[in-house]
Amino acid sequence: MFEFNYLQAKSLSEAATFVAANPDAKLLAGGMTLIPTLKQRLAQPSHLVDIGALPELRGIEVKAGKLVLGAATRHHEVAVSAVVRQALPALAYLAEQIGDPQVRNRGTVGGSVANNDPAADYPAAVLALGATMVTTRREIDAGDYFQGMFATALEAGEIIVRVLFPLPQRAAYAKFPHPASGYAMAGVFIAETKTGIRLAVTGAGPGVFRWSEAESALTTELSPAALEKLSVDSADMNEDIHATREYRANLVKVMAKRAVLKLLES
Amino acid sequence: MTKIEITVNGIRHSREVEDRTLLVDLLRDHLGLTGTHVGCDTSQCGCCTVHVNGRAIKSCTMLAAQASGAEVVTIEGMASNGKLHPVQQAFTDCHALQCGFCTPGMIMAVAALLKDRPHPSDEEIYHGLEGNLCRCTGYINIVKAVKQAAHVMQGK
Repeated sequence: MFEFNYLQAKSLSEAATFVAANPDAKLLAGGMTLIPTLKQRLAQPSHLVDIGALPELRGIEVKAGKLVLGAATRHHEVAVSAVVRQALPALAYLAEQIGDPQVRNRGTVGGSVANNDPAADYPAAVLALGATMVTTRREIDAGDYFQGMFATALEAGEIIVRVLFPLPQRAAYAKFPHPASGYAMAGVFIAETKTGIRLAVTGAGPGVFRWSEAESALTTELSPAALEKLSVDSADMNEDIHATREYRANLVKVMAKRAVLKLLES
Repeated sequence: MTKIEITVNGIRHSREVEDRTLLVDLLRDHLGLTGTHVGCDTSQCGCCTVHVNGRAIKSCTMLAAQASGAEVVTIEGMASNGKLHPVQQAFTDCHALQCGFCTPGMIMAVAALLKDRPHPSDEEIYHGLEGNLCRCTGYINIVKAVKQAAHVMQGK
């Protein structure tokens, strides 16, 4: 790692003021992406501002029909939370599938959503459920928030404070994890809402996306068979050492069917 | 430089370290606790697993500064009064190691797993040890050791 100065933020406003005034400073929450990045010398921040322990960013509650997760809530806390398991069990399941136990003990929901790794799990739930990111400056709808690989609507110095997940009638998540890293090769989050089915895909394309043809087909007929004649365009999928575009396109359909089955069984 | 106040295996330490110092380097190089190993140094193998405030973490992927004020337990803190921890004893009895390099991290991960799930199923053991790699054993005897440790610890 290159040298940097570490600062433990005492409050959210202190952290926000500091990162706004220091363009080369970076926020640190769980560090599960940032620290490996620093170790490979792929980034050279002047300061790391640690917001991982701020009480203002913690907490899990259901309020006004929404599940509210503080941005620094750790994956393990989401996975075992009685509140999450009761209100949105698919999200507890999703959190339990991230990385490995050691990663789940450190990584945070806000960090995952702010980083927007194209193979991260949380973005699928955020987009499928139409969650809202509450930041230090405003509220951002999921539909406006994700802007492609590692890109979000967040401005420099803007910090996610909490994420609000509207509660669906039912939801489910099915993921084909990369066997070594645990990242999604394809992950599908499906939500049954009052206005129909919403379905978001992570891991397969350059960023999380909604599969609208599948949403309409499943809104008409909620069964795996409804997806039989549909396919995602493999030209839009990622290709790498782990899988071809065509393989990923097929995985999306298989995971979508599994997610539908799980939703029906829930 | 940053000042770290940390409790490791019940002993309080105070050290001035570079801000970029990793927790594993604080443990090994500054405190001489070399039982915690660095295998991959890329957060994958789990050899560096220790407990921070009771939770298993990879100490190669946490800054020492992030652990300031925390209670840390390393493999050196597992045995007490000359008696091995049940997980350590089970690894010995079940021959759950060959070269032994992954074993400190494996034992810390198993101890944490058994805290969360005192009666783990095979599936839960596999899922609970996903963050730890062993290149010798094929995991068969490690899984046996987890079951023996769970059994012994239930008896207490």
